[in-house]
Amino acid sequence: MRDLVIIGGGPAGMSAAIAAYENGVKDILILERDESLGGILQQCIHNGFGLHKFGEELTGPEYAWKYEAKVRELGIECKLNTMVLDVSEDKVVTATNSEDGIFQIQAKAVILAMGCRERSKGALNIAGSRPAGIYSAGTAQKFVNMKGYLPGKNVVILGSGDIGLIMARRMTLEGAKVHAVCELMPYSGGLARNIEQCLNDFNIPLKLSHTIVKIHGKQRVEGVTIAKVDENRRPIKETEEYIACDTILFSVGLIPENELSKSANVELSGITSGAVVDQDRQTSVEGIFSCGNVLHVHDLVDYVSEEAEIAGKAAVEYINGNKDESVSIPVKTDGKIRYTVPQIITKKKDVSVYFRVSNIYKNVTVKVTDGENVLLSKKRVKVAPGEMESVTLKKEMLENAKELYFSLEEK
Amino acid sequence: MYDITIIGAGVVGGMVARTLSKYKLKICILEGQNDVAMGATKANSAIVHAGFDAKEGSLKALLNVRGCKMMESVCSELGVSYKKNGSLVVGFDDNDRATLNELLARGITNGVEDLQLLEKEELKKLEPNLSDNVICALYAPTAGIVCPYTLAIQAIGNAMDNGAELKCNFEVSCIEKTENGYRISSDNESVDTRIVINCAGLYSDKIAGMIGDNSFDVHPRRGEYILLDKECGDTVACTIFRTPSKMGKGILVTPTVHGNLLLGPTSFDIEDKEDKDTTAEGFAKILGNTHETVSGVQLNKTITSFCGLRSVGSTGDFIINSPEKGFINAAGIESPGLTSAPAIAEYIADMLKDEGFELEANPEFNPTRKSYHAFGDASMEEQNEMIKANPAYGKIVCRCEGITEGEIVDAIRRNPQPHDLDGVKRRTRAQMGRCQGGFCGPYITELLSKELGIPYEGVTKFGGDSLVNVELTKGGQAQ
Repeated sequence: MRDLVIIGGGPAGMSAAIAAYENGVKDILILERDESLGGILQQCIHNGFGLHKFGEELTGPEYAWKYEAKVRELGIECKLNTMVLDVSEDKVVTATNSEDGIFQIQAKAVILAMGCRERSKGALNIAGSRPAGIYSAGTAQKFVNMKGYLPGKNVVILGSGDIGLIMARRMTLEGAKVHAVCELMPYSGGLARNIEQCLNDFNIPLKLSHTIVKIHGKQRVEGVTIAKVDENRRPIKETEEYIACDTILFSVGLIPENELSKSANVELSGITSGAVVDQDRQTSVEGIFSCGNVLHVHDLVDYVSEEAEIAGKAAVEYINGNKDESVSIPVKTDGKIRYTVPQIITKKKDVSVYFRVSNIYKNVTVKVTDGENVLLSKKRVKVAPGEMESVTLKKEMLENAKELYFSLEEK
Repeated sequence: MYDITIIGAGVVGGMVARTLSKYKLKICILEGQNDVAMGATKANSAIVHAGFDAKEGSLKALLNVRGCKMMESVCSELGVSYKKNGSLVVGFDDNDRATLNELLARGITNGVEDLQLLEKEELKKLEPNLSDNVICALYAPTAGIVCPYTLAIQAIGNAMDNGAELKCNFEVSCIEKTENGYRISSDNESVDTRIVINCAGLYSDKIAGMIGDNSFDVHPRRGEYILLDKECGDTVACTIFRTPSKMGKGILVTPTVHGNLLLGPTSFDIEDKEDKDTTAEGFAKILGNTHETVSGVQLNKTITSFCGLRSVGSTGDFIINSPEKGFINAAGIESPGLTSAPAIAEYIADMLKDEGFELEANPEFNPTRKSYHAFGDASMEEQNEMIKANPAYGKIVCRCEGITEGEIVDAIRRNPQPHDLDGVKRRTRAQMGRCQGGFCGPYITELLSKELGIPYEGVTKFGGDSLVNVELTKGGQAQ
C-alpha cells in the first residue's frame, strides 16, 4: 500500500510529486519507463523553457533538472525503467521492470502523467512508397540529440507543430537542407516565436495550405510530391510540385497516451483525447488524477508544471480525506472555443480555466456565461489554436452557477 | 551439393522447406531479399479461406480446402497466431443472393463443411455492426485468420532447426543443368542441387524461364490495405467479404489475429513488379467500400497503410507442375495461396515421390517451434520466473505492443535471423503498434547494431540502401 503512485517521471510527474510532498504526503512512488527522469524534455536541448515559471530561458534538460534535483533532495522514491502495464479502477497499479519483475501496488491515490505521443505518418494515408527516411519529428530529434546521428541531409517536413519547427532548425544546424515545411491548415499549429526563430531566421519556407500527396523512393526516400489544398483540405492537382529529398519528418499532432486511463475506466474527452477532469484535475474515477500532456497537449512546459502542482496538491487533499462541499457545474464551449480544462467544476473556489480555440480569430471577446449572467468578458487581439489561453474565475462568480458556457464573440 | 533448393522464402517456399525437412534431405532456401517473407507473404489479407471460392476441380479448390483443414495444427506446432473466426460473404440484393447460392453449392462440392446462408435477422445477432443494407450472407465457420509472415518465418525457422540452410540476398541470375541436377547462381555465388523448387512468387515466371520453361507468366496485382488500432479490433468478429466479382473477393473488413482491424485489398493489375505504392484512388475505394458493408469503423484510428502485390498466374489456377524431372514450379500462388501453403507443400512432396525421388523420413525431425510471443503469452508467474532468469524480459521496449528487450534480443539471435528493423518488427511486433516505432525505433536500432556487430548508422529498415541514419552529427560519438 502506497499513499500516492505517480505514473510518469516527466515534468508533470515530477512536479506533481514535489507538490504532493510539500503538502504533506511523503509516501510517494514515481514509476518511469525511461532510464532517467525528465521525459521528453531530455531530448529538447533547445532553449525557451521556463520563461513563465522561472523567468529565465532554460533548455529542456535544464528545466527538467530543476525538478529532478528537487525530487532527489526530497528523497522521493522513483522506479526507473519501469513500465506500468495496468491501472485498475480501485487503484491497483501493475508494473514491470528487470529487478522486481511484474509487481502490483495498491495506491490510495494515483496521478496519471504519461505524456503524449506523436501522430505517426501511418495515420495519414499518404500515397506512394514506404521507404526508409520517414520519421516523426520527435524520433528524428531523438536520433540527433540523444544518439548523435543525423537521419538525413535533404528534408521536407509535413506539419508545423512545434517539434517540427524545432527540428527544421536543428537539422539545418547539423548541415541538412530543409526544403520546406508544409502545413495542411491555412495557419501554423506552432508557437509564433518558433516560426520566427526556427523557420524565418533560416529562410526555410513555410507552405501553408499544402500537403504531401505522394512519397517517392524504393529503399530510401527520393522525393515528395506536394500540393496546395483547397478550403476543404483537398489537394489541387494543378498545384503539384516535386521536391527531391531523402528524409520526411512528420509533425502532425500529438496524442495523449491514455491507454492506462482506459484500463482504469477513466472517462475520456473526445476532443482532448485526455481525461475529463475537475478543477483539481481529478478524473471521473475518485482518487485518480491526470495532468500534463496526458490530460491535454500543452505548448509550454511551464503550464504542465503548474497543472501538475494542482493535481499533486489535490491528491494530498484526497489522501487526507478532506472533503469540501461538492457541487457539479459543467463547463461547456461554443465550438470556436474547442475545449476547456477543467470540463467540470466541483468545488467553489478560484479556478483557472485553460482553453484552446479551433481557428485563428482576431479582436474577439472571450465570454463566460451562466445562463443569462455574464460572469466574465475578456478582450483578445488574437487567439490561435497553437497557443493555449486561460482565464481565472473567482469563487464569487461560481456562487450560484449552474452551467458555465465559454464562447468567443467576434465583432 | 544440396538435394533440394527452394527459390523464394515466402510462405510457400517456407512451408515447402519445412515439409521436406521431415525427410533426410539436404535443403537450401534462396531468398533475393534481406529477409524472408518479403513478398506477397508480408502484405496480404491474412485470411484462412474456407474454400468455396475456387472453381470445382481446380488446384486452388483442392489445396484451399485441404490447407484450411491443416492450418490450425500447423500453426499450433509452429507457434503461429491463428484464430478460427469464421467468414461472411455479404449480399446487398437478389443478384448477390443468387451468387451466394452458387458459392454455397460450389463450397459443398469443394468439400467445405458447415456452410450456411444466413438471413438479416441472424446476421445482426452475429455481427451487430454489419450495414443495414446487407440482406443475407454466406457463413463459413471454418474460415480463419492467421499471421502470414510469422507462418513463413516459423516454417523456415523450423526447417532450419531441422537442418535446412537459408541464404538471403541471393538473387538468382541463372540456372544451369549439371550432371546431377542444377547449378543456381547469383552474381556472387552458386549452389549445386539435385532438385529445384521454384517458389519465387512474382518472379517465378522468370525463374522457370531460366530453364527454358516459358509456359506461363506471372503479373502483379496491387492490393492496398488500411490497418486500424487495436481499439477497433472488435468492430467485427468474422471476416466480412463482399459478394465476389471478376477482380476477386472485393474489399474485406476483418480483425487480425493480433486484434487490429484490417481493411482492403484493392485490386489493380499493374506491370511493374516492384511498384508497391499505395494510391489516393485506392484509399478512396477502401473507405467507400468499407462504409457499405460495416458501420462504425473508426477511420481516425488508422495506424498504417500498405500495399502488397499478388502473383497472378496466366492460367487462372495455381501453376504447380514439373516442366522437367527435378524442377518443380509453384507459381501463380495468389489467393487462396496463404491458406493453401501447407497443402501445396505436401502436394509437392508427393510430386517428388511420384517422380521417383526417394524421400526417407528423418526420425529426428522436430515439428514444433517456440512462438516469438512465448513470453507475452505466459502467465504472470511464469513471466516473473523468466524475468528472474533474464532481466531483459523486464524491460519493455515497445510500449504500444508491450514487447520486451528480451523478446527482441531472442528474435535477433534466432533463425531465421533478422538483419533490419522491419525484420524485428515482423518477428516481435515491436514498432507495429500505434506509434509505428516512433518511440522504440532508435533503441531497436541500437539493439540490432550491438547484436549484429554492425555500426549504428549501418542499420537499415529492410536491407539494401534503406539506411535509417546517414552519418554522425557534428561532434556525435559512435554508439
